[in-house]
Amino acid sequence: MSYLEFLATYGGRFVDGAIITAQQTVLATVVAISMAVLMGLMRLSPSLFVRGIATVYIEIFRGTSLLVQLFWIFYVLPLFGLPLEKFTAGFLAVGMNLGAYGAEVVRGAIQAVPKGQYEAALALNLSPMTRMRRIIFPQAILLMLPPWGNLLIELLKGTALVALISVSDLMFEAKQINGSTFLSIEAFGTALVIYYVFGRMVISPAMRRLEHVMARKMGQA
Amino acid sequence: MFDWRWDFTFEILPRLLWATMNTLLAAGIGYGIALVLGLVLALAQRTPYWPLTLIVREFVEFIRSTPLVLQIFFVFYVGPQFGIRLDPWTSGMIAIGLHYAAYLSEVYRAGLDSIPKGQWEACRALNLSARRTYFRIIIPQALPASLPGMGNYLVGIFKDTPMLSVIGVAELMHTANALGSETYRFLEPYTMVGVIFLAISLPTAAGLRFFEAWVRRTLGMSK
Repeated sequence: MSYLEFLATYGGRFVDGAIITAQQTVLATVVAISMAVLMGLMRLSPSLFVRGIATVYIEIFRGTSLLVQLFWIFYVLPLFGLPLEKFTAGFLAVGMNLGAYGAEVVRGAIQAVPKGQYEAALALNLSPMTRMRRIIFPQAILLMLPPWGNLLIELLKGTALVALISVSDLMFEAKQINGSTFLSIEAFGTALVIYYVFGRMVISPAMRRLEHVMARKMGQA
Repeated sequence: MFDWRWDFTFEILPRLLWATMNTLLAAGIGYGIALVLGLVLALAQRTPYWPLTLIVREFVEFIRSTPLVLQIFFVFYVGPQFGIRLDPWTSGMIAIGLHYAAYLSEVYRAGLDSIPKGQWEACRALNLSARRTYFRIIIPQALPASLPGMGNYLVGIFKDTPMLSVIGVAELMHTANALGSETYRFLEPYTMVGVIFLAISLPTAAGLRFFEAWVRRTLGMSK
C-alpha cells in the first residue's frame, strides 16, 4: 500500500483524532491557566494556610508523573464517589499537571515585577485588589508569556497520554491503525508529524504573536 | 466507597518496591544515554557545516515538540517492519534517551553560549586544538551554568519512565496496572505509586539544589 493510499483510507481517522486532541488541548489549557493563576497567587499569600494549600498542590503535581495522576483521577476518584467521564478525566489531569508548573511561572513573574511598581501603587492608595489587577498582573503577564509558550507545547504532548484511558485522540487512532494494518511508520509517523505541526506551526507562532500584541498594548514594543 | 486496606497495601508493597528498582534503572540508563547523546547533538550544531546544523536543529525541535509516548511506540513498532526486533527495554531506552538528549542538548547549548567570546579567542591565541579547547577550557566553565537544567531533566526523566509501561517494560506503573487487574483494587496500587514517586523526586530535587550550590562554591563561582 503506497502512502497516498494509506492516507486516503485512514486520513479521516487521523483528522477525527486530531480534532479530539485539539479539544483536549484547549480544555486542558483553560484548566491549566485557571489553576496556575489561582495557585500562583495563593503561593504569594501572607497566610501560611493558603500558601500551604498551594505548595501541597504544586509539589504533588510536579513531584509525580502525569500518567500516574491521570490513572489516579480516572480509576481512583470514582472510589471516592466522583466518577468522571474519560474525556473529562483526560483534560482535567493534563490541565492540573501543567497548572502546577504554570503556578511557579505565575509566581516567578509576579515577583519579577519591579518593587517600585508596588510602592507606587501603594502610594496612590490603590486597594490590594486593584493593585494586583490593574498594575502588577498585567506587567507579570508580559514576563510569563515566553515560558507559557513552552508549557503549552508540553501540555499538547501531555494530551497524548489520554489515549491510555481510551480517549480516541490522535495517539489512540494511530495505535488503532497500527494494530489493524501493522504499517507502523505510516501510522505513528503521520501522528508525529501532526503533533509537530500543531506544536511548531500553531501553538508557537500564536504565542509569539500574543507576546507581540501584549508588548504593544503595554507600550513596550 | 473509600476503604483503604493496610494489609493489602503491605502485601503489594514488596512488588512495588522491586519495580521501583526497574524504574530507577530505566531512568539511570536513559539519563546516561541522554547525557552523552545530548552533547553530540549540541556540538553537531556548532560545526562550520551549516547543513548539518540545520538538520540537527530541526531534528531536536521535532523530538522536543512531539509526545514521548508516541516516540516510544514508534521505536518499538517500526523495527519489526524492517525485520529488526527490539525488546521493550532496548526500544524504551532508545526512545527516552533520545527524547531527553534533545532537551539536554538545549541545556548544553545555552551553557556553551554563556561562555564569553574572549575565552574562545584566548584558546585560539594559545593554539589549542578544538578538543582541548572544549574539554579543558569551555566545558568546565559551561558546566555550572548547565547544572540546574541537567538536574531538572534528571527528575523529569524519572517521572516520564511510567510511559515505558505502554510497551511492557516492567516498571512501577506497569506493576501497578498488573496488580490492579489481578485484584480489582486500584486505590492502593496507584496511590502507592504516587507516594513512591513523591518520596523519590522531592528529596532528589532538594539534593540537586545542594549539589549545584556545592559545585558553584567549589569552583569559586558563588555570588
